Amino acid sequence: MRYHTFLIKYGEIGIKGKNRYLFEDALVRQVRFALKDVDGEFNVYKSQARIYVDCNEEYDYEDAVEHLKRVFGIVGICPVVRMEDQGFEQLKKDVTAYMDEAYPDKNLTFKVEARRARKSYPKNSMEINCDLGEAILDAFPETKVDVHHPDVMLNVEIRREIYVYSQIIPGAGGMPVGTNGKAMLLLSGGIDSPVAGYMISKRGVGIEAVYFHAPPYTSERAKQKVVDLARIVSRYAGPIRLHVVNFTDIQLYIYDQCPHDELTIIMRRYMMRIAEHFARKDGCLGLITGESIGQVASQTMQSLAATNDVCTLPVYRPVIGYDKQEIVNISEKIGTYETSIQPFEDCCTIFVAKHPVTKPNIDVIRRSEEHLSEKIDELMKTALETVEIIEVK
Amino acid sequence: MEEVYLDNSATTRAYECVGELVKKVMCEDYGNPSSMHAKGVAAEQYIKEAKETFAKLLKVKEKEIFFTSGGTESDNLALRGAAWANQRAGKHLITSAIEHPAIINTMRHLEEEGFRVTYLPVDRYGRVRLDALKEALCEETILVSIMYVNNEVGSVQPIQEAAGIVKAYNKNILFHVDAVQGFGKYRIYPKKLKVDLCSISGHKIHGPKGSGILYIGEDVKIRPIVFGGEQQKNVRSGTENVPGIAGISLAARTIYQDLDVKVAQMRRLKQRFIKGVSQIEDTTIHGLYDETSAPHIISVGFAGIRSEVLLHALEEKGIYVSSGSACASNHPQVSGVLKGIGARQEFLDATLRFSMSEFTTPQEIDYTLDTLYNIVPKLRRYTRR
Repeated sequence: MRYHTFLIKYGEIGIKGKNRYLFEDALVRQVRFALKDVDGEFNVYKSQARIYVDCNEEYDYEDAVEHLKRVFGIVGICPVVRMEDQGFEQLKKDVTAYMDEAYPDKNLTFKVEARRARKSYPKNSMEINCDLGEAILDAFPETKVDVHHPDVMLNVEIRREIYVYSQIIPGAGGMPVGTNGKAMLLLSGGIDSPVAGYMISKRGVGIEAVYFHAPPYTSERAKQKVVDLARIVSRYAGPIRLHVVNFTDIQLYIYDQCPHDELTIIMRRYMMRIAEHFARKDGCLGLITGESIGQVASQTMQSLAATNDVCTLPVYRPVIGYDKQEIVNISEKIGTYETSIQPFEDCCTIFVAKHPVTKPNIDVIRRSEEHLSEKIDELMKTALETVEIIEVK
Repeated sequence: MEEVYLDNSATTRAYECVGELVKKVMCEDYGNPSSMHAKGVAAEQYIKEAKETFAKLLKVKEKEIFFTSGGTESDNLALRGAAWANQRAGKHLITSAIEHPAIINTMRHLEEEGFRVTYLPVDRYGRVRLDALKEALCEETILVSIMYVNNEVGSVQPIQEAAGIVKAYNKNILFHVDAVQGFGKYRIYPKKLKVDLCSISGHKIHGPKGSGILYIGEDVKIRPIVFGGEQQKNVRSGTENVPGIAGISLAARTIYQDLDVKVAQMRRLKQRFIKGVSQIEDTTIHGLYDETSAPHIISVGFAGIRSEVLLHALEEKGIYVSSGSACASNHPQVSGVLKGIGARQEFLDATLRFSMSEFTTPQEIDYTLDTLYNIVPKLRRYTRR
C-alpha cells in the first residue's frame, strides 16, 4: 500500500501549556533533520495540534519510518492513506479496499473512528462510523465490530481530503532535542558513555562531547572510533560538537608527580575540569558521564565523590544504577555496541596501576594534586588551546 | 622530513608509470577481454603481454601464468585447488609454523574439511627445519607449502633444499611457494627450484592492490575455487582485472630493471640501520641479518616499550612502520612467528618491523635512527609500573 502522509503523535508535549509551540516547533525541526538523508521529498508541518509529514512524490517508506523512529518526542507514527473526497459512496469503496489490503486475514474486530475537521461534510461523525462499519461488515462477513477493544482502530478524518489510518508504529518517546538546553558528554570509546549521551538526549537535551586523546599511547583509530560513536549518537541527538583534547602531557605529568595508585582518580578530575571548561564556554548546563556505581575502581561511591569534587556544574550519570548487561542491551538497541567493542586502547587504561585506590579520600587526593602546582596550569592552558573541534552530524 | 615510509612489506607506493597505465586501461582501453570486437581485443593484448612478462621473468610457459586478486587468492587457489584435486592420492598437507595467515588459515580450513596438516617448526633464525620436513613426509602427503621470505622477520627459507627433499621422497607431491615477500627481491625460477605452484602479489612490488599471480605448472591438477564464466581456462572464472594485470606486469618489469643494484642498496641500508639501532640499549634484531636474510625487512625488539606506542610515536615524526606483520596487527595478539623463533618474552609485544623499498634513502634511515635515539629513552621512562 502507498502511504501519502505520516501523522506524528506526540505525548508529553501536550502537557506543556503555553510553551507548547516551542516543543512543537522543535519537533518539526527534528523531524526535518531526521528525514534529510531519506530518498524523497517530505513536507513537514503542524496543523491543529498535530504534526504531519506529507510525502507527495516517490519515497523510501521503510527508511523514512526507520529515521522517524529515532526522533525523540514522537510517541507514535501513523502511516496515512489520503483519499480525494468523491462522495460517500466512493469513500465506502476506498475504505473497504484499504481494509482488504492492510489486513489480509479478516478474522478481526474493528471500530471506525471518524473525525470531521471539515464540518460542512454532509454526514456527522456518528453517521460516518455506522455507515462505513456497515460497508466493511458487508464486504467481509468474517469481521466483527468491537467498540471497546477492537483489534483495528480505523481512523477516518475528514479534512480537505480524507485521511485513513489504522496502524501506530511506536516512536522513540522522550522529548524533542533542543527543548531542554545542552550538556557536555564525556565520550570515551567504551560502551557506557554513548548510551549515557543517548539517554540524556532523549529528554530533549542537545549534546556536545569531549574526548581525551593521548598520542602516541592511543592511536588515530581510537579517535576515529570515538568520532564514529558520536556519529551514531547524533542520529538521535542531532549534530554533536566533539572536542578532542590532547591529554598526553597532563597524564604523563601526573604519572611523574603523584602516587601511582591515585593516577586514574586524579586524571579523571582533570578530565572533569577540562570538560567543564568547554561546557561553560558553549553554554552547556551540565556534564554527562557513563559512570555506573562500582563498575571499575574509579566508579566506586568514594571515587565518584572524588571526581565530582572538582565540578560546579551538575553531573548527570543516567546509567548510574544500571548493570553492565543492561547498558549493553541499550547500546545494542541504539547501534553503538559493535563500534564500542573494537579493541583500541583508551587513555584511561594506559598507565593504570595494578591496584588503584578504590576508596580515595578527597583530602588525600587534593594534597597529591599539590605536587602538580609547578607546571599544571601551563599544561592545562596548552591542552585547552590546542583542542580540535569536529562537528559531527 | 615529511614522510619516511618504512612499511613496504605491508604495501608499497605504486610506480608513477604503473598509476598512469592503470588509469589509461580503465579510461581508454576499458573493453572486456572476452568481447569479440576490437575494444575487447585491445584489452586482451594487456593480458597477453603480462603473461609473456611473467613467463620470461620466472622462466616458465605463458600458459602456466594465472591472474588472481592478490597473494591471498593465489594462496587459496594453490592450496584448496591442489588439495581437492589430488585428494585421492592422500589427505596429508605440510606447511611451516611461520606462514602468512593466507596460508595458515587456509590450512586450518582444510583441516576442518578432513585434511591432515603438519606445521613444521623453525630454527631460532626463523628458517624451517628440514629434518622435521623429512620426518613429516609420508605416503599420504600430497602438498607442501613453504614461503620464500618470512614477512615478519625476513628469514629466507631453504626452498631448493626443501623441494629437493620432497621430490626425492615422492615426485608426485606438489610443492607450493608463497613468494609474496620474495618476488622482486630474488630471481625466482620455479622449474629450477622444482616448485609446482608459486604466489606473487602486485602491491608488494609497486603495482596495484587487487592484483596477483599464481604460477601453476602445466602438469599440476587444480580444481577451481570460484565458478563463473570459465575465463582463464576455467581455473579462475571472472572477467580479468585488466588494469590490475597491466599494472602488475609493468611493475614487475620495472622492479627487475637494475634489480641487483637496488637489492645491494637495500642491503647497505639494512646494515646501516642495524648498526645504528644496535647502539640503543636493550634492543634485539630478530632472525639473521647477514646476506642470507631478506634485504628489505628488519625486525627489532625494544624491551620495555609496547610496539603500538612506539609505532604511534614514530608516526608523529612522519615515520611509518608496522608492529609485527601488518596483516596480523589488527588483532592485538602476540606474533606467532616471534614465538616460533623463540624470541624472549619481553620482546613479544615490543617489536617493530621496518621494511624498505628501492625508494628508501640513507637520509631516511639516519632520520629514523635519530628519531629512535630521541624517543626510545623518553618512552621507556613511562611504562606500566
